[in-house]
Amino acid sequence: MTVHSFQEHFDSLIDRELTIEPRDWMPDDYRKTLIRQISQHAHSEIVGMLPEGNWITRAPSLRRKAVLLAKVQDEAGHGLYLYSAAETLGVTRDELYDQLHTGKAKYSSIFNYPTLTWADMGAIGWLVDGAAIMNQVPLCRTSYGPYARAMVRVCKEESFHQRQGFEIMLTLSKGTEIQKKLAQDAFNRWWWPSLMMFGPPDAESPHTEQSVRWRIKRLTNDELRQKFVDVTVEQAKVLGLEVPDKDLKWNEERGHFDFGAINWDEFWNVVKGNGPCNKQRLETRKKAWEDGKWVRDAAMAHAEKRKAKKDAVKAA
Amino acid sequence: MNKQRYLLDYTLRLADDALIIGHRLSEWCGHGPVLEQDIALTNTSLDHLGRARTLYQYAAEQFNRLPQGEKKNAFTSVAIQNLVASGENLGEDDLAYLRDGWDFRNMLLLEQPNIDWAYTIARSFFYDTFNYFFFQHLAGCKDESLAAVAEKSLKEVTYHLRWSSEWVVRLGDGTSESHQRMQHAVNELWAYTGELFVMNDTDKIMLQEGTGVDIEAIKPLWMQRVSAVFEEATINTPTGTWMQQGGKEGRHTEQLGYILAELQFMQRAYPGMAW
Repeated sequence: MTVHSFQEHFDSLIDRELTIEPRDWMPDDYRKTLIRQISQHAHSEIVGMLPEGNWITRAPSLRRKAVLLAKVQDEAGHGLYLYSAAETLGVTRDELYDQLHTGKAKYSSIFNYPTLTWADMGAIGWLVDGAAIMNQVPLCRTSYGPYARAMVRVCKEESFHQRQGFEIMLTLSKGTEIQKKLAQDAFNRWWWPSLMMFGPPDAESPHTEQSVRWRIKRLTNDELRQKFVDVTVEQAKVLGLEVPDKDLKWNEERGHFDFGAINWDEFWNVVKGNGPCNKQRLETRKKAWEDGKWVRDAAMAHAEKRKAKKDAVKAA
Repeated sequence: MNKQRYLLDYTLRLADDALIIGHRLSEWCGHGPVLEQDIALTNTSLDHLGRARTLYQYAAEQFNRLPQGEKKNAFTSVAIQNLVASGENLGEDDLAYLRDGWDFRNMLLLEQPNIDWAYTIARSFFYDTFNYFFFQHLAGCKDESLAAVAEKSLKEVTYHLRWSSEWVVRLGDGTSESHQRMQHAVNELWAYTGELFVMNDTDKIMLQEGTGVDIEAIKPLWMQRVSAVFEEATINTPTGTWMQQGGKEGRHTEQLGYILAELQFMQRAYPGMAW
């Protein structure tokens, strides 16, 4: 086949909603875009362990402690599936880590915000995981097979995470005045960053059009954001919390909530590294990796010694 | 103390051991040297926390059955005394979150800090080996609740021991740096291993009752197992004989206070709320 016919075959798979598999021919840009997107997602899971990990040792009850620990462990598992999916595109996990540690690769900016109170565990589960699900459910049908299959597992667990977050918020909202205040305060701080999680407005999103065509993305940033607002505002009512947006209003004509202007200046600053915790998160990841080097070296050296012994026995 | 109080003390010690090691291991979550090991260690931490919960629930049941006068004096804790005075029953969280260090009965080994992967592995290895034999015996004890906990824990601890033994070998017989770190951690933590086999009054009475385990009898089994793994790992068994103890009586190292300050923060800052 010529490159031209390879391209035709690829296009026809995309058009027929069939999956592209690791050994199929794919355009270079498709591969590059996927590596970027999947690794960003994997990094987000791993960095995302930190803000919640922050409260494991301070969880208010044994049950909450165990559930939170299991939840953060799930994020590690998601990271693992996603790094593995990225590896099928011809890049190693170590290379991807290196991109993260040198700042070349990005991760979701939401994790550059601090977790200041226990209620943040509720708000993150409810809002951040809720937004992540909106982003990710369509990816279960994305064109690249290994990514789509990883996302099916990720989404199942994320929906459990979102429920546990909502349940923390519900417990707080049914609790004392102080607990309600904790819940509202967390909501106030996480609401706008959650809306930013869907990325820049469509008009300013450079990759959207091509990604939608490739079914790497299935809905645009603005479509997903609107969906999230509509669902979440109703949930906030159940919790008795006030959405921190004075411009929020039901628009009968559109059949959606109108909401206030997002502070994109803040968004781009956090992306650029000026968020409250960018440096801290990256340093923590780098430290874990560097401190672990001697452990990984030891495991490797031991495995080689084992193999050498085995080979010697065989040769004898 | 009467028999009920000794059983409570015994149950609480096992619960405190499980909580404190579970808490220490949970500190690794998100900071492990390899993603797969981060996940493995969290699993183990969850096993310990699960066991802690069951045991605290059982301890709370026992506590709630005590006569009012004994309840009042059981723990030196304002928060618990207030609950008792208002006639409320205690639950698992009250025991974990409202007692101060002097009422904690965990062994000193378990509260020692993570420091690095070698210390973490050495601490787990010593404890897992102990548990492996301890729960085999406890599974046959007269107290049905403790026997059931032991039965369930045996499956978990068999895996824990395999995991920590493998790491002792990997680090001991890995690179020269890992060997040196492993040997150092073993040497430093050795002084906390004596307490594992110290029979205090609670142990003696529980053994007489057919509930407790003869931990002195476990010592040679423990020693044999540890030596075998050390040999494979090319690690020298420390020769030091001076052993630290006191945890079972509530005399701890400075480490425990900081663990509790963190662990109990929410319950102390926002008392009496449901989470």
